[in-house]
Amino acid sequence: MKLRVRTRKLNRSLGGNIVIFILIALMSVFMLLPMVYTVSTAFKPISEIYVFPPHFFPHSPTLENFLQISLLFEGFWIPMSRYVFNTVFICTVVTLGHLLLSSLAAYPLARLNFTGRNFISSVVRLSLLFTTALMLIPQYIVMSKLQIINTYWAFILPQVQAALGLYLLQNFMLQIPEAMLEAARVDGAKEHQIYFNIVMPNIKPAWLTVMIFAFQTIWNSSGATISTTLVYDEKIKMISSLLSQVVAGGTARSGVGSVMGLILMTPPLILFICCQNQVIETMSTSGMKD
Amino acid sequence: MANPLQRRRRPLSSKAAVNLTAYGMMAPYMIPFLILTVIPVVTAIALGFTYFNMLEPPKFIFLENYIRMFLDDDVFPKVLKNTLLFALITGPVSYCISFLSAWLISEFPPSIRSIFTLAFYSPTLTGNLYFTWTYVFSGDRYGILNSLLLNLRLVDAPVQWLSDPKTMMGCLIIIQLWSSFGVSFLAFIAGFQNMDRSLSEAGAIDGIHNRWQELWYITLPSMAPQLIFSAVQQIGACFSVGQIVQALAGFPTTNYAADTLLTYMLDVGTVRFEMGYASAIATFLFLMMVFVNFVVTHLLRRFSAG
Repeated sequence: MKLRVRTRKLNRSLGGNIVIFILIALMSVFMLLPMVYTVSTAFKPISEIYVFPPHFFPHSPTLENFLQISLLFEGFWIPMSRYVFNTVFICTVVTLGHLLLSSLAAYPLARLNFTGRNFISSVVRLSLLFTTALMLIPQYIVMSKLQIINTYWAFILPQVQAALGLYLLQNFMLQIPEAMLEAARVDGAKEHQIYFNIVMPNIKPAWLTVMIFAFQTIWNSSGATISTTLVYDEKIKMISSLLSQVVAGGTARSGVGSVMGLILMTPPLILFICCQNQVIETMSTSGMKD
Repeated sequence: MANPLQRRRRPLSSKAAVNLTAYGMMAPYMIPFLILTVIPVVTAIALGFTYFNMLEPPKFIFLENYIRMFLDDDVFPKVLKNTLLFALITGPVSYCISFLSAWLISEFPPSIRSIFTLAFYSPTLTGNLYFTWTYVFSGDRYGILNSLLLNLRLVDAPVQWLSDPKTMMGCLIIIQLWSSFGVSFLAFIAGFQNMDRSLSEAGAIDGIHNRWQELWYITLPSMAPQLIFSAVQQIGACFSVGQIVQALAGFPTTNYAADTLLTYMLDVGTVRFEMGYASAIATFLFLMMVFVNFVVTHLLRRFSAG
């Protein structure tokens, strides 16, 4: 006789599951509405943008908004290639730099017993509270003294030292068994060799997560106050800040603006969809224990 | 007496060697961290006691900025009230919704789970998409909400949702909530996914009858680390509400009706260049956040221990 496998979890009722599914599905629809609306507006002809009552979905979808982009891009002072270069350059330096520097710092914080470890750990944790927006004015004062306002550094430095990445890597590294590190030490490995050959290969899900978070922040922040306060020269801005200028251009341009919004949200969305499992795996070690 | 030469030949004590390695490895990160996190915070606290306009050297005026803040500034009490309103509503509500929805989502099979996770996290992913809300709350009759209400004859003229001081805060709180399922939500999702299933099975044997009892007696205590991490994230986010306000309701908003400490700080700092006063506001915000964080994490720790 075969053992019957329990399909239903304990303490769960079918009715309850259905109600919960409907509730969560409704909430998800609410969360996704702006995204769906952006996509649908991107396909609306100009005649459908000002109608009463407004159409949520276009009645006669068109690609005319997409074709307008090339017209819009022709009149720029800064060539498109410059924006592309800036985007690739800034994103590469930020994601790789952030991963390298914060993982290098996370290893001793997680696994080495040095003087001042608890103090530094708690400073890093406290700084998790201070969001980018909050730090803008204090950072602006310091950066203007250092004369790095309006340079690539103004984009790169604040993101490279983001505390969240360090915190997540530090927690993730705690999972590596001590015996593994100890064995390497007995074999005469130096700490930097342990970092490169044992720790880093074992925390690949966390690499991805940290790089995705860094990319997300830099990509999305370029539309915000940062790109007007810390950097005002168009020559060093990223594509995303160019696009978000059009998105913010108001209702008159909502067709083209939505196309831009659509392009803007695609890279972070695709990245997250591809790496969701690794991100969740990393986040499962994110808890604060003491 | 020991021979000094002999002492030099002794290897570096192991503690000193570890310290050297550790600080060597941390330096590349800690230098930018010092420059862009520690020094700015310290500078803001120091400049809070000065008059500083970026052109002349700062002039020490001790507590004058703080006196002005609480006694001489008509706008400050307003923005403080708004900040607290945003923080007290969006913080706890978003924290509870993140926790509960993550718990419910984590019960579904993996494919459904990842779709729901993506849906809740998508506002954070898509950064500037909150602009779409201007079409919903647009003040003319082409706005989605206005056209709906006009069609149902609930209102007879379009409502200026985002510029009328009466409706502004409500709309912005909804949008802020919509955008608030960030890293803390992911931490909950991950936490639930890695929960020890045998605990809930043991609970069922011990007489737990439904999922709500299970949540209270088994799930909550074992989620304490995630609860604390997410609380820190939420406190940081709910006290620095401002980006959405600035983008949707204007900078500054009508009569400062929806401005927060953050947008007011930007107004004082980047428009009026009163960096001393802006620093005092920043310091006030820092202190408030650190205090709330201390109280909340303390309570959560006490709750999970007892």
